[in-house]
Amino acid sequence: MKHPRTLAVLAAAGALALVVAGCGSSDSGGDGKKSAAGFTAPDVPMAKKLGTKEGAVSILAWPGYAEDGTNDPKTDWVSPFEKATGCQATVKYFGTSDEAVNLIKTGDYDVVSASGDATLRLIAGGDVAPVNTDLLTSYADIRSFLKDQPYNSVDGQMYGMPQGWGANLLTYNPDVVKPAPTSWSVMFDASSPYAGKITPYDSPIYIADAALYLMNTKPDLGIKNPYALDQDQLTAATDLLKTQRGQVSEYWSDYLKQQQALESGDSVVGTSWQFIVNLIEADKKPVEALLPDEGSTGWSDTWMVAAKSKHPNCAYAWLDYIGGPDGNAASAYYFGEAPANAKACDVIATTDKDATFCDTFHAADEAYAKKIWYWTTPVSACLDGRTNVKCTTYADWTRAWTEIKG
Amino acid sequence: MLWLGVAYLGALGALFLAAFWTTDEFTGNLVKVFTLENFRQLVELPVYRTITLRTLGIAALVTVVDAALALPVAFYMAKVARPGLQRLLVIAVLMPLWASYLVKAYAWRGMLSKSGPLSWLGISPGYGLTGLVITLAYLWLPYMILPVYAGLQKLPDSLLEASSDLGAPALTTFRRVVLPSVFPALVAGSIFTFSLTMGDYIAVKIVGGPTQMLGNVVADNYGVANNLPFAAAFAVVPVLVMIAYLGAVRRTGALENL
Repeated sequence: MKHPRTLAVLAAAGALALVVAGCGSSDSGGDGKKSAAGFTAPDVPMAKKLGTKEGAVSILAWPGYAEDGTNDPKTDWVSPFEKATGCQATVKYFGTSDEAVNLIKTGDYDVVSASGDATLRLIAGGDVAPVNTDLLTSYADIRSFLKDQPYNSVDGQMYGMPQGWGANLLTYNPDVVKPAPTSWSVMFDASSPYAGKITPYDSPIYIADAALYLMNTKPDLGIKNPYALDQDQLTAATDLLKTQRGQVSEYWSDYLKQQQALESGDSVVGTSWQFIVNLIEADKKPVEALLPDEGSTGWSDTWMVAAKSKHPNCAYAWLDYIGGPDGNAASAYYFGEAPANAKACDVIATTDKDATFCDTFHAADEAYAKKIWYWTTPVSACLDGRTNVKCTTYADWTRAWTEIKG
Repeated sequence: MLWLGVAYLGALGALFLAAFWTTDEFTGNLVKVFTLENFRQLVELPVYRTITLRTLGIAALVTVVDAALALPVAFYMAKVARPGLQRLLVIAVLMPLWASYLVKAYAWRGMLSKSGPLSWLGISPGYGLTGLVITLAYLWLPYMILPVYAGLQKLPDSLLEASSDLGAPALTTFRRVVLPSVFPALVAGSIFTFSLTMGDYIAVKIVGGPTQMLGNVVADNYGVANNLPFAAAFAVVPVLVMIAYLGAVRRTGALENL
């Protein structure tokens, strides 16, 4: 190397140039609608009419929502969609809402199944577009108590197609956990006999589960909504979770790892989804799941269209299909949740020969649906209506979560 | 060479510049305003110190374990085995590197499970620190064996014979002749095991149970919490550690003897 010094200086200058080029002003939000959470939704254009389909669609989904036959050749509702619309679908799974929010920002996906703790963040960040429900024929059959909810709409403007809703279940191995538990105390009790084999969900949103437990066991803390925690209430929940940390086998976000841990006995009790319980039952391993009397957190999912979607017409086609009676019935039945489409229950009764499915999941029961504490992003304007304190935000919860895991 | 420097250094520079920004707490969008907030949080909250020290401890432990395992293996390969067997052993040591990292990590997950093969022998550490150290030591072992093997090959046999002629028992020969001459090779191997463990974020998720390491806090902050600036700030820590480590290595003169 003849002039190493010159080379080094040139390299440094080039690096600096790249770095300075990266500097810029932050994104400016445009005028938009104000939501109950107190933010302004940026102006993202809404589709006025449907055009020719682009031939492809990129789907970002919770595991179990968009099966295309790769997991189980008999479980496939994506191929009928592809045949009917000509939109070839590529599906990517994510493990937590945080991952979904992050992945959508890459601009590589057209649709995302967003839970309530992702929807408002996506809307506020300008990552998803308002949805023109007039263009969706299936929207008319969606249950009314899922339309225009605070987590999927802003100022009366819908931002997606509801998919379904369900609760996080207390899941356990009946061969090991005796007597059968009826309360979340089996996971939070400091002297739980299952120490070292407890598996909670690996996301800051799990703090709401601890807050829900405290709502019932320590009512003098004054928690009315597990997502509206002021600093003292958050500290109490964090302390409870730090105690639990000593008894955890592992925190799960990858559903396959949780399935494997529950089947092998490394975990014997934890929070889980019906979908994972079904997979374990299919492997003929012992598992039971229940919704304890104290209630539970849960999710109410909405399919949203990415603002930077490269295939908007196929995206709308997917929303119409998955929100329609056949798509919604197939996905909700497989996953194990209450379908959003009212006609899906009839399809499940005839095609899957399960007339009791919708009753088990209380699909038409609006009162029951209101009892679940759906995942919602905690914001500083308290969600329970208190104005005398500032509530902790999701960023506070994320910091607390790192502290809890230690 | 110039483009490599610009592309590599420029990318690193852009990353570390992000450490001085923040994200909007609600939307997750980047706010490109200079602030030392991330570093303040890193220093103030004790959990990050705990995680850093724990990661350093795991890296040191993995290095020591690998050195202890590599020395006898490399010594056998270099000094005792016949040339034909030597070649076979080198291939055997390199074989695991052909297998995917994930395959090996998941294989260990299966073995460490409380109902896995190890439990039949009565050992079942489960997922946690022990399992993590075992898995990481296993993964990086070839990177320790090979430099030590190369170093031992350079050690003349005549030195070992001379030492025993002078009346030194095997252990003394090992301690006073072999170790000093193989020290640079051990240091070279340790750079691999130490730095690879410092940055690891995958094995800890698979076999580490609820343990947190520096790497996966960075990954969680970037990929999960979408907080790139904080992840970048925390990523500065292992860079500083490695600069200090390499500086110390350089002072021992080990790098010159390689």
